[in-house]
Amino acid sequence: MEEKSCPAISNHIKVALVGQPNVGKSMLINSVSNAHLHVGNFSGVTVDKTEVLFDYKGYNFTVVDLPGTYAFTDYTIEERVTHDYLCAEEYDVIINVVDSTNLTKNLQLTAELLTMSKKVIIALNMSDEAQKEGIEINAEYMSELIGVPCVKVSAVTKEGIETLIDRVLKKHQEEKVKPKLVFSEPVEEEIAQIIWYLDKHRFQSENSYRNVAINLLKNNKKTYEKLHDNPIWIELQPILIEAAKHIELHHDSDDVKEAFAEEYASFNRGIVAEVLKQKTKQEKKTVTEKIDSILIHPIFGIPIFLFFMWSLFQLTFEVGAIPMEYIDAFFGWLGNTVGATIGNDDIRSLVVDGVISGVGAVVLFVPNIIILFIGIALLESTGYMSRVAFLLDGFFHKFGLHGQSFIPLVTGFGCSIPAYMSARILKNDRDRLLTLFIIGFMSCGARLPVYVLFAGAFFSPEMAGNILFVIYISGAMLGIIAAKVLKMTAFKGVDEPFVMEMPKYRLPSLKLIWHTVLTKTMMYLQKAGTFIAGASMLIWFLSNYPHNLTLETEYAQKIAAVSSVQEKQILKNQLASDMLEQSYLGTIGKFSEPLFTPLGFDWKMSVALQAGLAAKEVVVSTLGVLYALGSDVTEGDNSLVGAISKNISFPSAVAFIVVIMIYLPCLAASVVFTREAGGIHYFFYLLAFTSVIAYSLAFIAYNVTKIFV
Amino acid sequence: MKKLIECDRGEQVRVLKLYAKDELKQRLISFGLMKEAIVEVLEQAPAKQTIEVKVGKMRLALRAQEAALIEVEAI
Repeated sequence: MEEKSCPAISNHIKVALVGQPNVGKSMLINSVSNAHLHVGNFSGVTVDKTEVLFDYKGYNFTVVDLPGTYAFTDYTIEERVTHDYLCAEEYDVIINVVDSTNLTKNLQLTAELLTMSKKVIIALNMSDEAQKEGIEINAEYMSELIGVPCVKVSAVTKEGIETLIDRVLKKHQEEKVKPKLVFSEPVEEEIAQIIWYLDKHRFQSENSYRNVAINLLKNNKKTYEKLHDNPIWIELQPILIEAAKHIELHHDSDDVKEAFAEEYASFNRGIVAEVLKQKTKQEKKTVTEKIDSILIHPIFGIPIFLFFMWSLFQLTFEVGAIPMEYIDAFFGWLGNTVGATIGNDDIRSLVVDGVISGVGAVVLFVPNIIILFIGIALLESTGYMSRVAFLLDGFFHKFGLHGQSFIPLVTGFGCSIPAYMSARILKNDRDRLLTLFIIGFMSCGARLPVYVLFAGAFFSPEMAGNILFVIYISGAMLGIIAAKVLKMTAFKGVDEPFVMEMPKYRLPSLKLIWHTVLTKTMMYLQKAGTFIAGASMLIWFLSNYPHNLTLETEYAQKIAAVSSVQEKQILKNQLASDMLEQSYLGTIGKFSEPLFTPLGFDWKMSVALQAGLAAKEVVVSTLGVLYALGSDVTEGDNSLVGAISKNISFPSAVAFIVVIMIYLPCLAASVVFTREAGGIHYFFYLLAFTSVIAYSLAFIAYNVTKIFV
Repeated sequence: MKKLIECDRGEQVRVLKLYAKDELKQRLISFGLMKEAIVEVLEQAPAKQTIEVKVGKMRLALRAQEAALIEVEAI
């Protein structure tokens, strides 16, 4: 085969990063390049492949971060992504990332990779951790034994990273070398038999005969498909049947896949026994096991978890409230200062009442958001997430959910979009759909401002944190009940097995948490500066136009007629609120008001809710604009919290919160939902499902609260 | 015949046979839960709904239904 290398791509190396879940693949990429992929301490953080580009020694590297996979199976969607990629796509080198502290288990995937005819490099990751645990691995000897380069690396300390890339370069330039994966004698005999047969017939193949033979014995579908139409198949088939019988007999199993897994395991045990030395004696109970005996205690486990959640929301409100005053004051000052420099009334109003109060209302909640994100980052990076899945599985199972549903659900407290994506860790499509449908019940970070606003307006600061906790927990409970209903009606079916790895506890790295929280906060602020500012301008425009000249002249006459300053002010306020009512927004609000009257909403609340369909932050910014325009702007009482508690009755506020908790997530999340669920019809189901529940529960909440207040 | 779910907390056993089928069996095997593997029961959730076991150096969470598909013997 003659192929001229194209100069544009001759210096290009494409690397596929493969490994079992939670061995630090994404973190390794982050330390190789300057990428910032999301990392966590549980299986299934990376759910789709991501490409990272960087240059090194004149070469362009493309590293493809593939979702973790325990074996070459299509158990979950994300494993399918990896499997399909490795089998069908073009790439030059595989870096197989393994966890040095758990070598035997990790090599199980390695063994499977070695049977593909690809260039493989093994990255012995977490070597710093292994060292701490007294594990010593002889990487050179291991390279020799397996026949592929093994490099000790640590994504955390960046040890060995450069060596790894150098090895990739070298491997790329070298000819393919056959790895030395050997099987037990009976299997080797069968392989030899098939190779001999293929050789006799000069079978044409890209892969080595050994490879084809192993794939045939493993019942690999693609290899079978290729050979099936070949005339040699007729003779080959009986040989294969015989071979399979022998292997199954040898392993005392009727499952050839199980037999091969055992073959790999014994090969790996041999390798590990040769190259790994456990220097210090391991304690009877590891630290992780000691922590587990407390955190997943049969009796205390769940109360401890609830306590953590309660503390998080308490902190969110208490600590988050401290800087809020200053932010509020800052935007008040900004509005006055900027307003004073603008001569034109309309433009001043657009900037001050539109953009500044809209954006200000959203930025006000940044401290709360930061605390919530820190909480979620801690949950993700310590390893506690999987424990909660363990604790809740029994309970979840009764409601037709899977313990692992907890992971997308808790991600949903941050933002629904990654939550919809992470539902891919669920294997069964029905379970996944079910989880997708109830993720919206977990209030996302963008809804937090609405809750903080209303909790602050109607409750004392001491109570507000508890109220937040109650809102979140009741949202979650509603979600679980909704799951039960859906499971009994729409998603009937058998239960998915629950088999999940419990990762080691890790101290969260400050850098990592700082980075995750910073990225998410910046995204929130960026949204506030762009999308929310734009939406605020739109809301401002809709609420100021069309101008009604008759109304203005009418009031101007009235104002001129009265003499006292107080009366003038009252009339001015009346004018403002009349003007607002006949604006475009007022018309929309008034038009939809009858729909929301049974829930006790005035037209402003109705408009805010509808605006919230675009993004939940817009609810707050819309309220900010509407109440900045319509309310009396006297000194000292111009805060939105004050305006809310003055203008909205308690039962209406409760009903409003209920709707916010349940109704459709934002536009972006709805798009992701539709994509993940696999069809636009699911979006309409979700729309109907959430709207009906939101409306009926808000109606009940409104009327019940009215009795008590 | 003893099943993994019948073991007590802290008990160490050897796996004899997997009764799980197809995908679940593959899954258990890829976790190292295969014939001859030594398993230790670490924790049990209330009413043994879910258990935590140790296989090699890895900790695994299993639901009762799945743990009932693994035949073990005392060592």
